[in-house]
Amino acid sequence: MHNLIREFWPSTVDGLTLGSIYALIALGYTLVYGVLRLINFAHSEVFMVGTLGSLFMLHAIGVNSPQTGFALVGVLLLMLLAAMAVSGITAVLLERIAYRPLRRRGAGRLAALISAIGASFFLQEVVALRYGRDLIAFPRVMKKVTLFKIGAGDVRNDKLIVFVAAIVLMFVLERFVNGTRLGRGIRATAQDAETAVLMGVNIDRVVVATFVLGGLMAGVAAMLYGLRFENTQYIAGFVPGIKAFTAAVLGGIGNLRGALLGGLLLGLVESYGASFFGSQWLDVVAFAVLVIVLMFRPTGLLGEALSRARA
Amino acid sequence: MSPLAKLRGAMARARRAMPDIVGPVGRRWERLSQWQRRPFYVLALAIAVLAPANSVGRIMAPASDWKTILFNPIGVYILLALGLNVVVGLAGLLDLGYVAFFAVGAYTMATLATHRHWSFWLVLPIGIILAAFAGVILGAPTLRLRGDYLAIVTLGFGEIVRRIAINTNSLGGPRGISGIPHPPSIGHVKALTYGVLDPKPYYYLLLAMIVLVIFVGRRLERSRVGRSWQAVREDEDVAELMGVPSFKFKLWAFAIGASIGGMCGVIFASKQIAITPDNFPFLLSVLILAAVVLGGSGNIPGVILGAFLVAWLPEYLRDASFGKFVVRQVHHVLPRAGSFSDLRVLIFGGALVVMMIFRPEGLLPSRKRRAELAEGQGGMGSLGGTVVVPPPEESK
Repeated sequence: MHNLIREFWPSTVDGLTLGSIYALIALGYTLVYGVLRLINFAHSEVFMVGTLGSLFMLHAIGVNSPQTGFALVGVLLLMLLAAMAVSGITAVLLERIAYRPLRRRGAGRLAALISAIGASFFLQEVVALRYGRDLIAFPRVMKKVTLFKIGAGDVRNDKLIVFVAAIVLMFVLERFVNGTRLGRGIRATAQDAETAVLMGVNIDRVVVATFVLGGLMAGVAAMLYGLRFENTQYIAGFVPGIKAFTAAVLGGIGNLRGALLGGLLLGLVESYGASFFGSQWLDVVAFAVLVIVLMFRPTGLLGEALSRARA
Repeated sequence: MSPLAKLRGAMARARRAMPDIVGPVGRRWERLSQWQRRPFYVLALAIAVLAPANSVGRIMAPASDWKTILFNPIGVYILLALGLNVVVGLAGLLDLGYVAFFAVGAYTMATLATHRHWSFWLVLPIGIILAAFAGVILGAPTLRLRGDYLAIVTLGFGEIVRRIAINTNSLGGPRGISGIPHPPSIGHVKALTYGVLDPKPYYYLLLAMIVLVIFVGRRLERSRVGRSWQAVREDEDVAELMGVPSFKFKLWAFAIGASIGGMCGVIFASKQIAITPDNFPFLLSVLILAAVVLGGSGNIPGVILGAFLVAWLPEYLRDASFGKFVVRQVHHVLPRAGSFSDLRVLIFGGALVVMMIFRPEGLLPSRKRRAELAEGQGGMGSLGGTVVVPPPEESK
């Protein structure tokens, strides 16, 4: 308890940073779930390849020391673009290869889940057998400085970027889903797929769009993860993926704002839990949250907004 | 024609052209009466009993110790797959944390036998009961959830169990527990003397358990419980309306599946001398699931075949010239793949996807399962298709 009080503000800052990354990944789960009613188990690998994408961009442009000013902005943007491209393309390929043939046959959700587990392990192993199973370090591209303090918590520049980026992207995505023609198609399909088809919505295009959007968000999360933690691994997607799924369920799967709320909340709960029970129990706290939420409120805090509620 | 459309056409043709090898044999088998099948069961048992012979080993595993492989992974995977089959195949519940029950059994053996010096034969039933209890603890709050949620929660449970093992000092922490005694020997028969070097007695112990599980499993399948499982699997709502208490039977499936996993864990630990949390990774749950799905979930011979292939193929191909050929071919893409068994997970991951696309019922499906799938009932469990787009070609 004493620990928790002393580390309350640092835990808050860390929790919000981590939660922002969870939230961005959770958007991918929520979008796909809203439209297809299936858990895209391989989404964690979409995130993982994104971290590699931004790392290889750094190698390609030969940056291995901290940058400042416009150079820094340029480097960060290139990292972001690379991660988004790699994640987006992976998500589309995943849909084409592992999901679409099943969808055409009208296979069940569990068949799709098994296919996704297969694809997920396939991707992990390709990375493991190509780049090894050890942690791969990122070069430091940005000098980490404390900008200001909240209580005893240091707000560092990288943490602030992660948090702000998550909030901004969340609203961009919501504008897209609510304001564009394709977004309307997504919402229509989420509400009632059959009627949407009858009304002339191209389901295949909508499904690809949701995978692309989810992939792009995972790419952003991947780049931010690289900036914040400065390493990656073939298995780097597994735990954030499960946590992000928990976050999506916590906020109400199928609900975009729910993903943000769930992500930030889970990040905080986990961070406080870690300073209360000790950091080795961090993952256990998160999984326990998942079980408890599913037991007592399977529709999540905000319920399903992209579509009808169903648990 | 775009390349993608071409690919799709080729895939559809491949699906149609896939020869149905097991179909005719399976149909003939189904026409046999119980009595006529007995000789085949005896034959299968005889093969299993004679399997550890050196002459078999020279063919099946020319370069490694066949008897060791026969116990772990082959025997262990078969017993685990039979247990998971009760949950996934019969009741249609996707459990991604099955390894947790295996771990409960193994840790029960490790703690009770090292700290309290209890005999293996006493720990075995305790491990089974504790694992079943763990199954009920996991199942009771979560079994009301819909299929894919259940899968993720069970995955979380598997991880929690592993983390608890890592974080608890009395369970040895990350270093695990060592000095686990072997089972006391029975009489002076060589096949029942459990030592350090000879894996054969452990294999026979495992084989006895496998036979027991098959026997009980077949009885269960045809009992009221088994029929209830199938009803729940095909349509839970209808089953419930027909008076099947689906929650109760799902819980039974979980408990029975878990107890088999626990049993396997106790035997595994008694052979192993030392266990660590690393013996129980999420990967093992997935490999066992792959075995059940590849073989033909719900069908005992299919599940055994699937588990055997998943366990044996990587070991065999590691030293076979074909395996070395494959490793050489992929070397410039996957430089870290030193031997064929490194490619194991990659290949089974890909195989899961391919199977779900081309043959979701598995290599050796049961007749009932085939009929369910042909009806368009969807893949597994009671969940039909969600967003169904009419296929461009071939209407069934």
